[in-house]
Amino acid sequence: MVKILNRCTLEFTSIPENVAFARVAVAAFASQLDCTLPELEEIKVAVSEAVGNAIIHGYRNRQDKTVRVNVTIYKEGLEIRVEDSGAGIADIDLAMQPAYSTDPERMGLGFVFMQSFSDRLQVDSSPGKGTTVTMFKQIGQRGAKARAN
Amino acid sequence: MHLDMEYQQDTLLARLGGELDLGVADQLRKALDNQLTEKKIKYLILNLSRVTFIDSSGLGVILGRYKRLVHSGGKVILVGAQPQVKRILELSGLLQIMEDYPDENQALSKIV
Ligand SMILES: Nc1ncnc2c1ncn2[C@@H]1O[C@H](COP(=O)(O)OP(=O)(O)OP(=O)(O)O)[C@@H](O)[C@H]1O
Ligand SMILES: [Mg+2]
Repeated sequence: MVKILNRCTLEFTSIPENVAFARVAVAAFASQLDCTLPELEEIKVAVSEAVGNAIIHGYRNRQDKTVRVNVTIYKEGLEIRVEDSGAGIADIDLAMQPAYSTDPERMGLGFVFMQSFSDRLQVDSSPGKGTTVTMFKQIGQRGAKARAN
Repeated sequence: MHLDMEYQQDTLLARLGGELDLGVADQLRKALDNQLTEKKIKYLILNLSRVTFIDSSGLGVILGRYKRLVHSGGKVILVGAQPQVKRILELSGLLQIMEDYPDENQALSKIV
């Protein structure tokens, strides 16, 4: 069984400024694993995208809602879960397609980055209830070793 | 985020610094658009050398200005992105539609 080494939960208000807070906090927590700098950069982008989506799409930019970020550290790597209880996604496969966006001003790149910068990406969502994005990222040699076994 | 802007004729040189994300996207968009409109700018040079982080919200601001300027026969040129920022620009496809140069002088020399 995979052993949990450490875990933390952040809960914060859905204001745009908290996107920076979330990625910095998660990166700081993640650095308990021997992450390389590029890995930390990838984690920051992935967290920014997921938290940004929760605020922009989930909560439609309402600033009085709550975003929750859960980080679990395993020997092999890191699991990051970002949750909102906002609008939800009707068609998850469609939403995850590269360049798909419901906002004409946006590029539809968020899920592309989350996908490229994690080893596993799962999206659970139901309209009217909210969205949970779960990313698992193997870290460094430990991750590589776990993968080889 | 830091932003300072300089212009000569129809070229706006904007030097950006810090982290370009959702938290600063609106502010950046407004600041650039004000100058583009007011100074009748055709060419926008974005010096990204002091940008330490960018995500899709930051990329969206750049692409939006690009669409606007290309529509009126102008362009956006990127300058000096650090490796981690450049990687995101590459993945996004923006480097396929925008020129990028290591320094401002090279970028300026491409504008006639
Ligand atoms: N948390 C969420 N709640 C509701 N809808 C979401 C959520 N996350 C994503 N979506 C939907 O999925 C679409 C694709 O998301 P993605 O992050 O890939 O692109 P985007 O946010 O539209 O653009 P970009 O990320 O490039 O700014 C969004 O346009 C939105 O419709
Ligand atoms: Mg997004």
